Amino acid sequence: MTNPIEYFMSAEITMSDKLLEIMYFVIGLIAIYVAIRNLNDKSNDKRYGTFAFWFLLGLMFVIGKWIPPMYTGILMVLMVLSPILKQVKAGSEPSPSVEEMTKNYKKIGFKVFIPAVSIGAFALIAALFTTISPLFGMGVGVVVGIILLMIFSKDNKPSVFLNDGRRMLDIVGPLSMLPTLLAALGAVFTTAGVGDVISGIVSNIIPEGNVAIGIIVYAVGMALFTMVMGNAFAAITVMTVGIGAPFVLAHGADPVIIGSLALTCGYCGTLCTPMAANFNIVPVAVLEMKDDYGVIKNQVVIAGIMLVVQIIMMIVLS
Amino acid sequence: MEILKLLGILIVVVGFILKLDSILIIMVAAIVTALVSGIDVVTFLQTLGSSFVSNRSMCTFIIVLVLTGTLERNGLKQAAADLMAKFKNASAGLIIGIYGIIRLIFGAFNISVGGAASFIRPIVMPMAQAIVEKDGHPIAEEYLEQLKGMSSAMDNVAWFFGQVLFVGTSGMLLVQSTLADLGYQVELIDLASVQIPVALIATACAIVYYFLKDKKLAKKYAGGAK
Repeated sequence: MTNPIEYFMSAEITMSDKLLEIMYFVIGLIAIYVAIRNLNDKSNDKRYGTFAFWFLLGLMFVIGKWIPPMYTGILMVLMVLSPILKQVKAGSEPSPSVEEMTKNYKKIGFKVFIPAVSIGAFALIAALFTTISPLFGMGVGVVVGIILLMIFSKDNKPSVFLNDGRRMLDIVGPLSMLPTLLAALGAVFTTAGVGDVISGIVSNIIPEGNVAIGIIVYAVGMALFTMVMGNAFAAITVMTVGIGAPFVLAHGADPVIIGSLALTCGYCGTLCTPMAANFNIVPVAVLEMKDDYGVIKNQVVIAGIMLVVQIIMMIVLS
Repeated sequence: MEILKLLGILIVVVGFILKLDSILIIMVAAIVTALVSGIDVVTFLQTLGSSFVSNRSMCTFIIVLVLTGTLERNGLKQAAADLMAKFKNASAGLIIGIYGIIRLIFGAFNISVGGAASFIRPIVMPMAQAIVEKDGHPIAEEYLEQLKGMSSAMDNVAWFFGQVLFVGTSGMLLVQSTLADLGYQVELIDLASVQIPVALIATACAIVYYFLKDKKLAKKYAGGAK
């Protein structure tokens, strides 16, 4: 448990961390706003469940750091109840019509790209030139983007941003919490010692101490595991704890190169599997293709080349 | 039985394959792992709570979405389509390549301008098809099918390898926190910079591959549908 006043007064905590805490507070307020808008949305037949989900998420952001971890854990369990019981649904915030978007584009033109790139640009500036976290830079980029859009067009009032934000959050819904929940699952795995069990099994198969073989098993394993599950995020936690850490990182390989490339080795698996339906099967339907695997067939070659390229990079660079 | 600790992984794998509710699968896997490993309720809840607090960075997309929705309202997609249309004299394969570059650059700035429904179907495919049919013959069905496949594939390749260039993308945040749990501290900017050559190689390979494939198809189906 941390006292927020002491936290912000403390000289030992970096400015970057304090700024991030402020940003998390703002994120919490946005989630609570989405919750309240949904609660008042009479057209949403699942408005109570939708409210509960976003409100609890917002609450975890606003007070999560300052209460004992056990209570935050309880809030998390309560939060996932509504999506599990299928009680979360997008509200009725209308999306902009094509006419409106075209009209606005005619007015603003290519300048609309400037606020679009400001998010990434400020994240990069923060990372390269300051000691402040790029995530806070991202937040600054959002604010700059909002200001620019308000300058470009008088129609962009603060309420427009809030309601469009609510619409977007309604669209992404509870599934956007998947990385967060997978990280929590990874933490439970670590506490339980799952990684030790896997590495115990794998050490019977691959020789300990040979980093190159460890890298190949880790990289190919990431791709295959991702193909099976259709999701590289789920694979990275398990594979890194079970194979990456004991067979590659423990022998002095560079965690930056290994960790970063392991994720994209997983993406090579994503390119080859119908399990990643969003990317590989939905387009088949949207584009009215005849071959269900028409997208995957055009990706297999690239995925194969990239897997080899990345394994070579991992072995040579680290 | 140590091996029982792997039950959670089995649940995740089987659950994802059977396409059960992802959130439910994750929670069941967590609870089962805790039960078979003798983790008590208090420790379990504390683990979830601390993990949430240290992984809040993964939810920074929430603040970004406040801007994204209004960007769309202000014609971001129309602007990108207009940018593409400037290249209407290229070959169909080149159109796909140019789309890939645009998708990659936007991906690096964490902006998803693209996708099958919102970009390929309404913009890329009509352009590519119009180019092939310039000689007055309707496009061969098989050629059209391949162009659709290549456009979607380009979309995926450029998006996957482009978004990891963004400092603070959710995948890299997960890598960072997984490594931190294991005792390795890494910076987001370093994780992203490792990906620069990877993104360039991947996109270049895809562009060349689809360009050549289109050229071959164009030759094969010259003169339209047979």
